[in-house]
Amino acid sequence: MQNRRFFLKRGIAGLLLSASLALSSPGHAAGKYDPGASDAEIKIGNTNPYSGPASAYSTIAKTFDAYFNKLNEEGGINGRKIKFISYDDGYSPPKSVEQVRKLVESDEVLLVFQPLGTANNIAIRKYMNGKKVPQLFVSSGAATFGDPKQFPWTMGWQPSYESEGIVYARWILEHLPNAKIGVLYQNDDFGKDVLKGLKIGLGDKTSTIVAALPYETSQPTVDSEVIKLKASGADAFINVATPKFAAQAIKKAYEIGWTPTQILSNVSDVVNDVLKPAGLEASTGILSTAYLKDSGDPQWADDPGMKDFYAFMDKYYPAGDKSSKSNAYAYTVAQTLVHVLKQCGDDLTRANVMKQAASMQQVTMPLFLSGMTMTTSETDYYPIKQLQMKKFDGTRWVHFGKVISSEDLQDTHKP
Amino acid sequence: MELLIQQLVSGVATGGIYACMALSIVMIYQAIHHLNFAQGEMAMFSTFIAWQLLQWGLPYWIVIPLTVAISFSGGIAIERIVIGPLGEAAVLSHAVVFIGLYAVINSLASFIWDFTTRPFPSPFGAGSQFGNLISNQQIGMIAVTLLVLALLYAFFRYTRVGLAMRAAAENPTSARLAGIRVGLMAALGWGMAAAVGSIAGVLIAPIVFLEPNMMLSILLYGFAGAVLGGLSNPAGAVAGGFAVGVIENLAGTYVPVIGSELKLPIALLLIVIVLVFRPTGLFGRTIVQRV
Repeated sequence: MQNRRFFLKRGIAGLLLSASLALSSPGHAAGKYDPGASDAEIKIGNTNPYSGPASAYSTIAKTFDAYFNKLNEEGGINGRKIKFISYDDGYSPPKSVEQVRKLVESDEVLLVFQPLGTANNIAIRKYMNGKKVPQLFVSSGAATFGDPKQFPWTMGWQPSYESEGIVYARWILEHLPNAKIGVLYQNDDFGKDVLKGLKIGLGDKTSTIVAALPYETSQPTVDSEVIKLKASGADAFINVATPKFAAQAIKKAYEIGWTPTQILSNVSDVVNDVLKPAGLEASTGILSTAYLKDSGDPQWADDPGMKDFYAFMDKYYPAGDKSSKSNAYAYTVAQTLVHVLKQCGDDLTRANVMKQAASMQQVTMPLFLSGMTMTTSETDYYPIKQLQMKKFDGTRWVHFGKVISSEDLQDTHKP
Repeated sequence: MELLIQQLVSGVATGGIYACMALSIVMIYQAIHHLNFAQGEMAMFSTFIAWQLLQWGLPYWIVIPLTVAISFSGGIAIERIVIGPLGEAAVLSHAVVFIGLYAVINSLASFIWDFTTRPFPSPFGAGSQFGNLISNQQIGMIAVTLLVLALLYAFFRYTRVGLAMRAAAENPTSARLAGIRVGLMAALGWGMAAAVGSIAGVLIAPIVFLEPNMMLSILLYGFAGAVLGGLSNPAGAVAGGFAVGVIENLAGTYVPVIGSELKLPIALLLIVIVLVFRPTGLFGRTIVQRV
């Protein structure tokens, strides 16, 4: 009985196979497909926090949806339309797991694109790699998402927090070789990764960090920490905090008359959210890094890439904020995905998607600062490894200096 | 030495925030004999209302009384619509309703005003005093907290309504027999707690910035302060709030094991220690009940 059913199954499968071969039209190149891709469409899954404490980020997924609508109206990718399926996970990792299972097993997406949140991505990573479904360009800067040896189906995109730390260290070594460094960092993977990068970048000069103080997001203020940093005698202050705390620290340092060279993590480089609340006078002269053009800055008004972005926002996502960093980010990472899918040609298998994502050569995007490129390989799963320094002049960020790379120091072998 | 003084002053300043919150917690405890978990969110919501009024261009001296008035009516509305119907339900039912209120108010605020961090203008101006150790805002906050405390003390001690409210909270049955309208008193208590909360919110927001989750941790420290000082004693609660701020800073600075990482657990540890050794708080009265 067992045997007969087996043969029956094989027989039907064979029949279907030959039928589909016969049906594929001669003009259309016969594609190689995994679930989620066909001659007509490519299904892409995503999870985002549409509700809950991080729901402000959901504008990223809304931009994706708008961008894929634009793409479909313009004819899609190699003639295939994108079907974008995005579910709410409320920023809760167990919910992400549930939603991603639904995407893979019931919606049968080809790949999961930009799931948001460090903990959320760690929660789904084992499942994605077990199922061999691409977890592509995850929306987190944690350095752990660039480990092709252990997790060949998971790739990051934005510069890792670690590489941000490395870049700050390199800049300090070159421009402030005698600095005494004080660090305020959020006591989680973000803060710790930047601190780690800083130490990697400083190398044998790690002892120039005279104080590194963590804070918890449950604290009402970071006043006490800032006072301690001042007392440590530090003359370079690296502020590795999320927006509210970053603003508090800048304000407090100004109030107690502490005037070190200040470097602010680019997580909090938002003028409206951080520098204005902290006080523009207190914020003038602060340094940070960037890899994208700031869509809220009038200096890019005539930039062709920025003009396209504004036109896109006006037509496809009019409710969205054009000056929002998240939307410019989403636009650019969506373009990166489209680049990879175009490269796949008619071989839309999951393996080929990862292969193409891991063979980017000096790829640049319209909103990248000039000189910034993405390069990946089988052993390098960090697409963006460069950053450029910028300085706040009291009204806006001014980019300066050359593009600083963290490439040679990036630890690609995660524990 | 300089570090010690700075940490002390900064502890007092942060303690002022906790004291503010502790005061509004005690206020509602006086009125209904329950701990209201939504107290922080109510204060946050009131602060958003004040911010919105300021955005519309109203001057500060109109916005503050208006916000207090709106909050007062809001508090009464919550009591009438949500809490009143619960009546003499078990403590757990109340706790569940408070948590529900917490979630509803938090989501509502984020729905209307989203999660952006906003600056809140300080009514006391920008500068700071004592060699930049403490900002005008923090001094103003402490002064207003003490003023509100004095007013509340006088209210509960010397006015007919204040005494009636205390009676209604401590012994509803006897109070009712004495002709006090217990339901009305509870509603008044909610209104006043919301009003005190709105003052706390407006005072705290310039320091921690305005966003829907601003009160989350402050409420916890406020509880710690209130429990430390005694839930039945507004002055004790304010003193407790200051104490928590100072202890937290000093322990974080001078006890190496604690550092900045274990500052929050200190507040919780304080609650546990006080509840074990002096359940009524450092300044609380032991209430003897005849059975």
